[in-house]
Amino acid sequence: MLYQSMDGGCSDDVTTEIGDEPHVLAVDDNLIDRKLVEKLLKNSSCKVTTAENGLRALEYLGLGSDQRNAMEGTVSKVNLIITDYCMPGMTGYELLKKIKESSVLREVPVVIMSSENVPTRISQCLQEGAQMFMLKPLKQSDVKQLKCYLMKCRG
Amino acid sequence: MDLVQLQRQLVDYRTSLYHEGFLDEQFTQLQELQDENNPDFVVEVVSLFFEDSERLLNELSNALEQQIIDFKRMDARVHQLKGSSSSIGAQRVRQLCIVFRNYCEAQNVEGCLKCLPQVKHEYSIVKTKLESMFQLEQQILNAGGSVPV
Repeated sequence: MLYQSMDGGCSDDVTTEIGDEPHVLAVDDNLIDRKLVEKLLKNSSCKVTTAENGLRALEYLGLGSDQRNAMEGTVSKVNLIITDYCMPGMTGYELLKKIKESSVLREVPVVIMSSENVPTRISQCLQEGAQMFMLKPLKQSDVKQLKCYLMKCRG
Repeated sequence: MDLVQLQRQLVDYRTSLYHEGFLDEQFTQLQELQDENNPDFVVEVVSLFFEDSERLLNELSNALEQQIIDFKRMDARVHQLKGSSSSIGAQRVRQLCIVFRNYCEAQNVEGCLKCLPQVKHEYSIVKTKLESMFQLEQQILNAGGSVPV
């Protein structure tokens, strides 16, 4: 199940050129879910980096606490960030806010996943700028739609 | 037992796991993710699930043995177990986790004490069944056959 802030209709025969794989950062504290989302994305021809929490994700993105100002003039390493909502320490929502605060990263679409269907949570995330909210467990059809959206973004 | 019989036995066994509610559609999704690049994907993920679940169940037992029960911490563990069981399609375990979480939220010790052994029981059943299923699959592969989808 998907909740989107943008309407995206898409056909199935979107072709990608070799070397044109979108790079996705997947953030989830659950090891099984990390492995699953990684496989789902790889099966959709995405390059995947995983992180087990928000801090590690921020460090990877260059937004770590000791990396201030290191982002000047750089381009985002990733084309999409997909993160779990319920994580210890920093929630997916808090991670989303940090990403949107960054001038370099705010344009990167962020997708929030959750096993719980909480309407206030969903609207809170969409209002903060999340591109989509997806219910876990993710299915292949969910990821296919994500990939479609990503390819459309690139024009 | 010959190859065809083994394959038939596997299909019947797998079907029964769905019918009896041990597994749900998410397990099918998991199987569909497996391919030639990752021929052991399902076994790998399920093995991770076993390790993770055993750790969580131990931590839950410990938590319930304490003088002062940390319901929030327990709830976090049950949430994890609910998530993993949901992701691999272990339906009965997932459903029991929902009940368990309600007891945690209500800070109901009696409820938690009653529920934990039930979760452990369901977990051990599904573990045994999945291991049997994997063994059947291996027998088929060893006999030179392919595992029916």
